[in-house]
Amino acid sequence: MFGLLQRWVVDGRFVSSLFLLSLFGVAMVYSAGAINTPDPVVTEAWRRQALWLAIAVVGFTVVSRIQLRWWEWSATPAYVFALVLLAATLVIGTGGTGTAEGTRSWIDLGLVRFQPSEFAKIATVLALARFLSTKDQPPNGLRDLLAPSFLVAVPLCLLILQGDLGSGMAFVGLLFAMLYWARTPLLLLLFVMSPVFGLVLTFDTLVWSAYIGVLLLVLYLYRYRLFLYESAAVFVANVAAGAIAAPLWHSLRPHQQNRLLVFLDPTVDPRGAGYNLMQSKVAIGSGGLTGKGFLQGTQKRFDFLPEQHTDFVFSVIGEELGFLGVVLTLLLLAYILYRLVRMAEGANDAFAGLVVFGTFGVWLVHICINTGMTMGMFPITGIPLPFVSYGGSFLLACWLAAGMAARLAHEE
Amino acid sequence: MSTQDTLASRRRALGAVIGLFVLFGALATGFFRVQVLASSTYKLRADENRLRRLDVAAPRGTVYDRNGLIIADNVPGYTVTILPASYDSVIATVKELRPYLPLSDLQVSRLEARLRLYPRQPLVVTMDAGLEAATALVERRTEFPNVYVEMRPQRRYVDGPAVAHVLGYIGEITAEELADPAFPPEDYEQGMIIGRTGVEREYDAILQGEAGVRFVEVDALGRIVGDFAGSTFRASVAGGDLRLTVDFELQQWIHSIFPDDKMGAVVAIDPADGGVLALYSAPTFDPNEFVSGVDPGLWETLNTDSSKPLYNRAVLGLYAPASTWKLAAAAIGLELGVISADDHMPIPCSGGMTYGNRFWRCWRPGGHGPLDLAGAIQHSCDVWFYQLGMRIGLERLLRQATDVGFSRPCGIDLPEEEEGVFPAGPEFWEERFGYTPTEGEALSLAIGQGPNSQTPLKMAQFYTALARDGSAPAPSLFLGRTDEPEGWSLNVDAEDLEALRQGLRQVTGPGGTAYMSSLEHWDLIGKTGTSQNPLSLQGLAEDHAWFTAVAGPPGRDPEVVVAVLVEHGGGGSAVAAPIAAKTADFYLRRKYNIPVDTIQTLREHLLVGRSFTPLSLRQSATP
Repeated sequence: MFGLLQRWVVDGRFVSSLFLLSLFGVAMVYSAGAINTPDPVVTEAWRRQALWLAIAVVGFTVVSRIQLRWWEWSATPAYVFALVLLAATLVIGTGGTGTAEGTRSWIDLGLVRFQPSEFAKIATVLALARFLSTKDQPPNGLRDLLAPSFLVAVPLCLLILQGDLGSGMAFVGLLFAMLYWARTPLLLLLFVMSPVFGLVLTFDTLVWSAYIGVLLLVLYLYRYRLFLYESAAVFVANVAAGAIAAPLWHSLRPHQQNRLLVFLDPTVDPRGAGYNLMQSKVAIGSGGLTGKGFLQGTQKRFDFLPEQHTDFVFSVIGEELGFLGVVLTLLLLAYILYRLVRMAEGANDAFAGLVVFGTFGVWLVHICINTGMTMGMFPITGIPLPFVSYGGSFLLACWLAAGMAARLAHEE
Repeated sequence: MSTQDTLASRRRALGAVIGLFVLFGALATGFFRVQVLASSTYKLRADENRLRRLDVAAPRGTVYDRNGLIIADNVPGYTVTILPASYDSVIATVKELRPYLPLSDLQVSRLEARLRLYPRQPLVVTMDAGLEAATALVERRTEFPNVYVEMRPQRRYVDGPAVAHVLGYIGEITAEELADPAFPPEDYEQGMIIGRTGVEREYDAILQGEAGVRFVEVDALGRIVGDFAGSTFRASVAGGDLRLTVDFELQQWIHSIFPDDKMGAVVAIDPADGGVLALYSAPTFDPNEFVSGVDPGLWETLNTDSSKPLYNRAVLGLYAPASTWKLAAAAIGLELGVISADDHMPIPCSGGMTYGNRFWRCWRPGGHGPLDLAGAIQHSCDVWFYQLGMRIGLERLLRQATDVGFSRPCGIDLPEEEEGVFPAGPEFWEERFGYTPTEGEALSLAIGQGPNSQTPLKMAQFYTALARDGSAPAPSLFLGRTDEPEGWSLNVDAEDLEALRQGLRQVTGPGGTAYMSSLEHWDLIGKTGTSQNPLSLQGLAEDHAWFTAVAGPPGRDPEVVVAVLVEHGGGGSAVAAPIAAKTADFYLRRKYNIPVDTIQTLREHLLVGRSFTPLSLRQSATP
């Protein structure tokens, strides 16, 4: 009997943690619906979330039966299909709700709506894992990173065209996570990331100049480990990043610009984009050490808290369960991520390890940005908290990814 | 299928776990800062978010008269308030309320103006919603989730018109007043009802009380949730009660006897302590109309009416005191020793006298013949007083009258009082009229004409001094008055005072100008005055009529002083004296438990075929 259960869940500690987190998520979605002015969409959300959880567990069971060779075989077609779906979304996609408003990232099938980006994340992880696992040597130069970056850049560009910055971050996360797992030298990864720093630091000419100076110094110190063209490329990319900063800023949509500005100073726009962050901070801060009690959050109850069942469900946790509840939730989330690391480490197969660690990268970005944005550590991005935020197709996608990771990690 | 490099995986996994530690440590630190270190700030913010502060109005103190009768108290009124929200949504609510509350277009536009001025304050739509409207709104709570209906104590004046100029009226504090240091922000705030004039203003600090605080819970859209009554955080403290020196029934009596078609003022003072028994100005108004915000049309009428109903003639109206001031001239003459009580003036009255290059007329063309002081007062003989003026001399007259206080305010406890106009020296003419005065001005001043204007209150205070020992305290309205304003003193000895009073007694005695106003039960003495004014000099209207009276039980100290002025009333004896006599009679009858009768003066007795022997005759019969 126990053995049967063990076989079903594949990885006991991992899956039971996920199941606990999902149940906790349903409870918090239920609490998020305990509001003063009943809104059936929010009040009844927990029932649908519970139903989706059941579906997701079935999905997990099915997916975790699929053998490694099938995953490997399906990587390329899945990736191509994902690109087609993302492209189609640009044409037939609809807007999201709440903080995801102003985007065009959903496909409405009538009965259900889903975000192709969720599927694309899994497909891209598979495709990238397949690509990296076929190499005998780890990437050892910028040239080796071109193909992997391109694999991720295509869906990323499609997402940016949709206006879905949050999912885009997840793709950046999976790219770096998997390159890291593929034993890319850390210095190389830093050089790849450096144009992003260059982009951000352009707000002050002096700071940017100092940064370029430091960059040149590092390139000089490591001149024997890099090819000349690599040094030149890194330098040119950084300068180019500085040059395109202004046009790039202006190409952002107003709601994206606002979110970045508000991140820097929430009082910039207290009635508009800053409002969500302020109210979220008030909710979390007023929870104090032990919280106001389950269902008792006033910020949530009286509608001050936006999107309290989706993107800001963590604010409800902070308000009602306090710092202790937050820490416990963070510990559970960290444990799940830790399990993924250990599963990747224990995988016998390079492809399997890469897939598991890619999943780790996706979830890490989701968890850090989602929890961090509720108290102003990250800009507000329409990005849900895995297993907790309300959203049927997202919950399903998370459980499917979990099934895939669990299966691949334990493939003999 | 390629296998994983175990050693490399272990190192990468270790790096990832370290990374996890750092990231989640940073997150936990961030939450620790917000939830533990800054928690109290955010708790406050959360409360501010969901709680709206509302004032709980304190009932204003009750105002009693000297006998303990209620003059002003409070009755329940229903106040309708809209909680703060965006301008558009509040105005939309105001429009939705119109079927339930009678709001004129003008009122709506005023509400809009106020909302623009104070966008974050609750908007009081009306303080005078009827019970029906209030019930209807409470029943439709779900339709008006941002509307708050409460019962607030509302001012009520028992007989508003009778006491309007004593109590004044109340109104909402204005933006200008809020900026005024006289209204410190720790005591006054927007939306407060304050006394605007009269006792309501003067003693606002006592009457005001302290508003309480109540919180109602609202959601993000400003809709009231939870308990409609809210939770009381701090109860209101009722305003302190006031007991006035005023006799409420005397006020009402004066209101009933003062001619409806006349303007003027009546002041009654208790000479024992200077307490104001009555202070009345006609025409009057009803302060009840101001309680829940005065109707703009009425306000317009009150301010543009030529009879100026809001103008308190008793303390603000300046009139030439005419013959009532002759007593002041006589008192100065006695004090300086230029006359004595039984002096006769060298020139007997033959209807006038020549001084300088001009003939100075007596009011009686036939003349009065030779007169002593009492006779001169009795007959109000101008020729006698011209000669008194000559004897005193202009400079001394100006100095003495100024010293006594004819250009000072009385010091009554009301927010506004006009001080008398009297020249302090010859420079007065130079500054005002551009010429140096001649000695002839002393003649005019001695008969109460010339540049001399006094309020009815001032003349009442002067006669209070005559009724006492020559000094008079400042008139007061509040029995618990704590400040000690300067009084008034004439510097006349008792013998001379008695001589002056003897003159006043003869005014109401047989042959005196006010004999017909003498009273059956009381010793009433006084002085008439007929005051020329710009209109009467052109023959367009009658002169102003004065009568200043001192009355009391026979053989006892006087117990009431009354000053009456009737604008364009004609002669003092015909209009003003009966009002003064009837006022004194009503007060003394009630004081001594004699039934009040509307037939009071000798004239009224004669008209109904009754009669009585005036006290003056009875007294002279028994020396």
